Amino acid sequence: MSTIALTETHLGSAVRDWSGPASKRIVTGYGFWIFILSDMIMFSAFFATYAVLLGQTAGGPSGRELFDLRNVAIETGFLLASSFTCGMASIAADSRSTIWFQCAMAVTCALGLGFLAIEGNEFASLVARGAGPTRSAFLSAFFTLVGCHGLHVSAGILWLLTMMAQVFAKGFRADIQRRILCFALFWHALDIIWIAVFTVVYLIGSAA
Amino acid sequence: MSNGHDEVFDDTDVAPGDEHVEGGSVGQRVLGYLTGLGLAILLTATSFFVAGTDLVWEPSIPVALVVLAIAQMGVHLVFFLHITTGADNTNNVLALAFGVLIVMLVMGGSLWIMANLNHNMMPMDQLMQMQR
Repeated sequence: MSTIALTETHLGSAVRDWSGPASKRIVTGYGFWIFILSDMIMFSAFFATYAVLLGQTAGGPSGRELFDLRNVAIETGFLLASSFTCGMASIAADSRSTIWFQCAMAVTCALGLGFLAIEGNEFASLVARGAGPTRSAFLSAFFTLVGCHGLHVSAGILWLLTMMAQVFAKGFRADIQRRILCFALFWHALDIIWIAVFTVVYLIGSAA
Repeated sequence: MSNGHDEVFDDTDVAPGDEHVEGGSVGQRVLGYLTGLGLAILLTATSFFVAGTDLVWEPSIPVALVVLAIAQMGVHLVFFLHITTGADNTNNVLALAFGVLIVMLVMGGSLWIMANLNHNMMPMDQLMQMQR
């Protein structure tokens, strides 16, 4: 952004001349933002499927009998806290503090793993109770939607670990900083999708 | 999120996720995340409370939950992803607006069409009898 030429004209304050291409950080972040939005559009299709199939239990168990809202509240807390520590990691990366960055990322990783453990437990107990994805259209939609979010969190944790390794090996180079920016966007976006999951799937799903 | 000394650069772009506070101290930025965290916890707690309570009229609960969820998404967008309505964020907001439009079309359209089909379809047992 240092290439911007400013000219004072009669039009008033400052009119920008042709400023040249945007900086790489802005272009990379914007491109990744487009990816995240298309990911959300993919999730919207899964949400629509779930909402349509919510009542199609084929005589099997419904959400009210299956969902344990206490677990969901703990999962929500884990993901929300991990979003906060991820923000702390971004601040640490901007101020080039390796120790704070690695600590914040490690806490984020631990919270993400805790989330996955609870979710895996829930899936295993559902399957053990005979309420697996093959039981009814409702449960197929449930496992697809929540499982897809869980896969995203798993991929995010792998990415998180590689970011920790990259900062450890290469330090806060400009390209590493751009990757950290993209990772933070991804992780915060996962939390936004989880808001929709716990509202639509669990809270509304267990009322229906 | 602009501070005093950068009004000249106010209309340049900001990458999504970046805060536009070149002079902002670490403390201020942490405070921003803490504000977001507090609001998010408040909204989440309200959601879980509303879902399990008898205090509100029951048919209104899903609507209340959806409204609370959209509010919390807004909180996350502003405090965690730093999407603002400032001039430096025009591209990010426009992309987001287009994404929201498509999401609304996909979800609203599916629910509308499927509810309509469901309403107009003959009950399954009668359909079975006709096929015989």
